[in-house]
Amino acid sequence: MSGIETAGWDVIVAGGGNAALCAAIEAAEAGARVLVLEGAPKDYRGGNSRHTRNFRCMHRGPLSVLTDSYGEDEYFDDLIRVTKGETDEGLARLAIRQSEDCLPWMERHGVRFQPSLSGTLSLSRTNAFFLGGGKALVNAYYNTLEDLGVTVRYEAQVTHVHIENGQFEALDVTLDGESLRILGRALVLASGGFQSDIDWLARAWGPSARNFLIRGTRYNRGVVLADMLEQGAESVGDPTQCHAVAIDGRAPKYDGGIVTRLDCVPFSIVVNRDGDRFYDEGEDVWPKRYAIWGRLVAAQPDQVAYSIIDSRSVELFMPSVFPPEKADTIAGLADKLGLPADKLTQTVEVFNAACGEGTFSPQELDGLATEGVEPPKTNWARPIAEPPFYGYSLRPGVTFTYLGLKVDETARVSGPDGRYANIWAAGEMMAGSILGQGYLAGFGMTIGTVFGRIAGQEAAAHVV
Amino acid sequence: MSFDAATQSPSTDTIAEARRQVEICNACRYCEGFCDAFPAMFAERAFGDGDIVQIANLCHNCRGCYYSCQYTEPHEFALNLPQALADVRVDSWDRYGWPGGLGALFQRRGVALSTALVAGIALLFLAQAMLTPASGDGFYAVLSHTVMVAIFLPAFLFPMVVLALGLRAYWRDVGGAPVRWTHLHRAALRAGQLKNLDGGQGQGCNFEKGDRYSQARRHAHQATFWGFLLCFASTSSGTLMHYLLGLEAPYGLLSLPKLLGVPGGLLLTLGAFGLAGLKLKADPQLGAQKAWGGEMAFVLLLGLTGLTGLILYAVSGTGAVPAMLALHLGAVLTLFLTTPYSKMAHGFYRFAALVRDAQQRQA
Repeated sequence: MSGIETAGWDVIVAGGGNAALCAAIEAAEAGARVLVLEGAPKDYRGGNSRHTRNFRCMHRGPLSVLTDSYGEDEYFDDLIRVTKGETDEGLARLAIRQSEDCLPWMERHGVRFQPSLSGTLSLSRTNAFFLGGGKALVNAYYNTLEDLGVTVRYEAQVTHVHIENGQFEALDVTLDGESLRILGRALVLASGGFQSDIDWLARAWGPSARNFLIRGTRYNRGVVLADMLEQGAESVGDPTQCHAVAIDGRAPKYDGGIVTRLDCVPFSIVVNRDGDRFYDEGEDVWPKRYAIWGRLVAAQPDQVAYSIIDSRSVELFMPSVFPPEKADTIAGLADKLGLPADKLTQTVEVFNAACGEGTFSPQELDGLATEGVEPPKTNWARPIAEPPFYGYSLRPGVTFTYLGLKVDETARVSGPDGRYANIWAAGEMMAGSILGQGYLAGFGMTIGTVFGRIAGQEAAAHVV
Repeated sequence: MSFDAATQSPSTDTIAEARRQVEICNACRYCEGFCDAFPAMFAERAFGDGDIVQIANLCHNCRGCYYSCQYTEPHEFALNLPQALADVRVDSWDRYGWPGGLGALFQRRGVALSTALVAGIALLFLAQAMLTPASGDGFYAVLSHTVMVAIFLPAFLFPMVVLALGLRAYWRDVGGAPVRWTHLHRAALRAGQLKNLDGGQGQGCNFEKGDRYSQARRHAHQATFWGFLLCFASTSSGTLMHYLLGLEAPYGLLSLPKLLGVPGGLLLTLGAFGLAGLKLKADPQLGAQKAWGGEMAFVLLLGLTGLTGLILYAVSGTGAVPAMLALHLGAVLTLFLTTPYSKMAHGFYRFAALVRDAQQRQA
């Protein structure tokens, strides 16, 4: 084991997801001796990348599986819309511009793309989907690293970064139950956010965060991020915020991933634990609203809500991974969901009475709105009237946290005395620089790939 | 006793487990581009037993979905779709093969198939000993044409009748419609190219190299399949030459039976032993584990059939002919008779599944 401590690593990469792997590949291809330290066991390697499904990519004409074109300005406008301006324009445009070169690079390194999945046609122009999803991408990159002769260690938790005079010297690492000090000449940090450390999440957000579900890996505990911040590394992103969406309340605590999403809200009424409605379920189409529902549910008692539909709506959305609760009466459904039966019956009756005449049209904003009920439902307001009735529980599912390390256009990290000589960061760990708020589908993989590659190239150039 | 295979109820355990997994897949869809099984799956919201059996028979066990899956163990969803569908498939072939129980025997027990082989060879030795022909050339000097036909005609027709009944039951279970030329055309193209083993983009499958793609299994299977068809065509051409043209064996090297049979035998032998070698390297937990022995015995039997045929040709004119003839014909006899109950059945049901899939895509 002592061999690994003094093996003379040119570049050490802390992390094992998309950004870490892109950095390791670039550094190894530049001739550096590279060590990858992945905190997770091999079965769960890849961080949140293993749950991803696509890569948002600028392109000036049809490219691989992408149709038509998607220019820099349109891409940037999309980003401004979701972040409400909370971005670093220079870094954002860098990520956008370089994404076009990344797609062929990804293909050369074993990633395979497939046309937009059924049910996601709206993304066929902007997002290139991975054949088999993010885990297939992660597998391809680990195979590339193996072919390049890169050493990868799993269950290798970095606990401390030794920095002397603005220069990285060594890492403290727990590996196979031993504490090691591993020397290296350059360091790439790509070990994600802190959303899986529930205590940290509760300190940042408030105690209700203990009831949140974590959609991705349980290994993003922010250990390295915390260590760097303690040493005075410059940070970006709101330390109290996380990106959360409303997901199936029965999802596992960690790693539920894509299948736990529920698309039924626009065709339902949503009530809280007490049987009360609390927000306009029909405000907009679901892809534009699912993110705010994470926060809405988080604000309800016990951080739980219930989406109620009738038999006419059951096939209007993507199938759920868990079957809904089902009953012939609203009271019966309330019993199964653990809701007060009288109250739920009353809420449904009031809602139904407020529904007017009109044409229900699930694929568009149909303007079928309630009258005289608070909160209103402004589209798809059709009575919950045809048994059997179905109910799903909803909980906030955390995707990622915004707090990260501030980097420059070369992905270099800064400390209390200016830029560190030999420390770079990529991926979720620095994504807060660009995504200050909100989320744009497939953009996390873009940031990870672009800045992972830059970090790997820069780190290698520093030592080789 | 009934000829109606469908009167036996499906194995609810394997179908229920496959349904559980397929419902998770249907909420994810990341694997859509690998093969025909996923688009077929994603066209449904609820899965009846027939739907599951159809999806299972569409699956060629390329394993791409397993290695890409974020929900395999130790994840609590414990997805292993290649295994779940293989279990349903094996059960379905058991169920459709009349009389019931033989499928379970020969598909799952390599020992059973080996025993059948020994019996087949012994039968041929016995036939040679008891029915020595008065005259004849080549191997007809060992066993007369009449005796061969008397043994092999029923040994060929019986499995065909059983398979036809099984396929009829399959077709009813999966809700098949009347078959049109376009359905057969699409199915034949996809079967002939082994499209469902190419990973969706021609990169191959994940059989013997884990999460790396490889063409080895597809190539070995193509050699086996086309080698077998060439051997079958060789025998058929010999039969036609015998009856229609009065040209009797032995045939020269430049005759149709030999031009088809020698390359066919080589392909079949190399392909089948290649498949056996790949099977040793692959993870048995991603297939029907209970059928591993029977499947291995089956590919070895295929390889042995090809190899003994080649040796039989190589030793012609020597004293080794009677022994080799018994070995070769014994292997062929076993292969034919066990067709509805061995892995050999997969080709027929898989083709039916491809035809049904062509129909559903048109619908």
